[in-house]
Amino acid sequence: MSRTPSFNRPARLLHWIMAGLILAMLFIGVAMVTSLAHYDALVALHRPLGIAILVLAVVRIVNRWRHPPPELPEDLPGWQRQAAHASHLLLYALMLGLPLLGWAMLSAAGYPIGLAGALVLPPILPRDPSFYAWLRPLHTILAYALFGLILAHLAAALMHGLIRRDGVFSSMTLRLRAFRAR
Amino acid sequence: MPRLNDLAGAGPASNARAILLRLGAIGGLVAGLAGTFAYAGGWLSPGALTQARIVDHFERVNGPHPGFRRNHAKGLCLAGRFESSGQGERLSRASLFAAGHVTPVTGRIALAGGQPYAADASTTVRSLALRFHLPDGEEWRTGTNDIPVFPVRDPAAFDAQLRAAKPDPATGKPDPEALKAFFAAHPESAKAASLIKARTITSGFADDTFRSLNAFRLVARDGTTTPVRWAFVPEQAATAQSPAQGARPDTNFLFDDFAAAVRRASVRWHLVVTLGAPDDPTADATRPWPAERPSLNVGTVIVAETAAEADGNCRDVNFDPLVLPAGLAGSDDPLLSARSAAYAQSFTRRAGEPKAPSAVHDTPASGAGL
Repeated sequence: MSRTPSFNRPARLLHWIMAGLILAMLFIGVAMVTSLAHYDALVALHRPLGIAILVLAVVRIVNRWRHPPPELPEDLPGWQRQAAHASHLLLYALMLGLPLLGWAMLSAAGYPIGLAGALVLPPILPRDPSFYAWLRPLHTILAYALFGLILAHLAAALMHGLIRRDGVFSSMTLRLRAFRAR
Repeated sequence: MPRLNDLAGAGPASNARAILLRLGAIGGLVAGLAGTFAYAGGWLSPGALTQARIVDHFERVNGPHPGFRRNHAKGLCLAGRFESSGQGERLSRASLFAAGHVTPVTGRIALAGGQPYAADASTTVRSLALRFHLPDGEEWRTGTNDIPVFPVRDPAAFDAQLRAAKPDPATGKPDPEALKAFFAAHPESAKAASLIKARTITSGFADDTFRSLNAFRLVARDGTTTPVRWAFVPEQAATAQSPAQGARPDTNFLFDDFAAAVRRASVRWHLVVTLGAPDDPTADATRPWPAERPSLNVGTVIVAETAAEADGNCRDVNFDPLVLPAGLAGSDDPLLSARSAAYAQSFTRRAGEPKAPSAVHDTPASGAGL
């Protein structure tokens, strides 16, 4: 399969749309669990947004599988290469896993999972409060992990874009520019 | 400074000052994002009123009762159906209001307070929580109380009232000065308290009227919304509780009477929806609506069985007042979101705790499968 220097256009679009959605989702989630006044409004956003992220993550993984991403620069130290691969694997796992975990957790709690109007998702787990009691904190812990991973990802991307200037950052920017390190 | 260039992975031509600046910018951005996250999560405002703090308060006042609801802890499960009269069809598109529609219902009667083993007392507020099982996974959950108005207007007043009513460790009773100060600061609560105190206490659950207290909205097929409050009004005539009845020594007399009544014949409540006028307060549950507001009898709740709380029945349901089908919506009442949040917190805490049997037992003859 031929390699291009950049992610394909759908990959770049999906990346930036999902970056916005996931960050919004993490902020909504962390605010929701302490809020009294806005709890209901935030929950009503959190559920459909989570499902949207799940669907987009599947589309994104299919696209990535059909259009492999560009190689990392050859002079990148081995540990950074390994860290990049491992962190991307984790990012994809959490993009899929957190919405599924949220869906499973609400199923175990016996909540109807309303998305909009009369649209209610079917449960994906039998109702069992003790299972919910396990899944609920797991959802929080993994969400914190995703936020931490996103911060590391952002820092690493900016290191590539501002310091190393090796074309890794620009391979994901929306406007394809010939960005050459001096 | 080739060392810095190597460390950062920058090319040899970059100057050290520029690298440091850029590293600083990256660090600043990441720290800013982390700080905003901490702010959103409430870590930077430890004094704020949160759902955890409300539930913590109930736990402090009532002591630990693992596995039980933090409020309305003592209860009994029920099941039956809702038969629509068709009168609500015009105002709400929820399928349960369609003429002739029968919707399965499960639910719970309970006494307010976080003491699961408290003896039934005549002045304790009683509640009726219902869960209507609509087609395609939709549900309507509603928690109603037998008081005419709610004692407080918003979550902050709720918290203030809880703190004012906290028993003094020295006397075991609330400090009357603190309560006086609370009512002085919240005249709407003082008015509500006198309305609540003046209510007629009926002989039991079956002849009691239970009210939504909060306002909601009915949403019609064409999108028109109507502000409403609702009540479950007993079909049987209400009789005031006699002093002898209130002094009965059996600790579960209210629940036992209800279970016995259901065994004799189904117990029925009419779902009466009061239609608010545009000026009626929807964001203040301490204020009653004018008595002349029109109301609709939209159907009948028929309770056919009761069962003690057990695995998988009403014990494990969060009667979140904002679990609503399409055709019913919340209002601008600030208590609704707060109730939803606090109930979720209570549900999450008790979900993982070991369970003890409820003080309210049922006879094996009824509702084993509930």
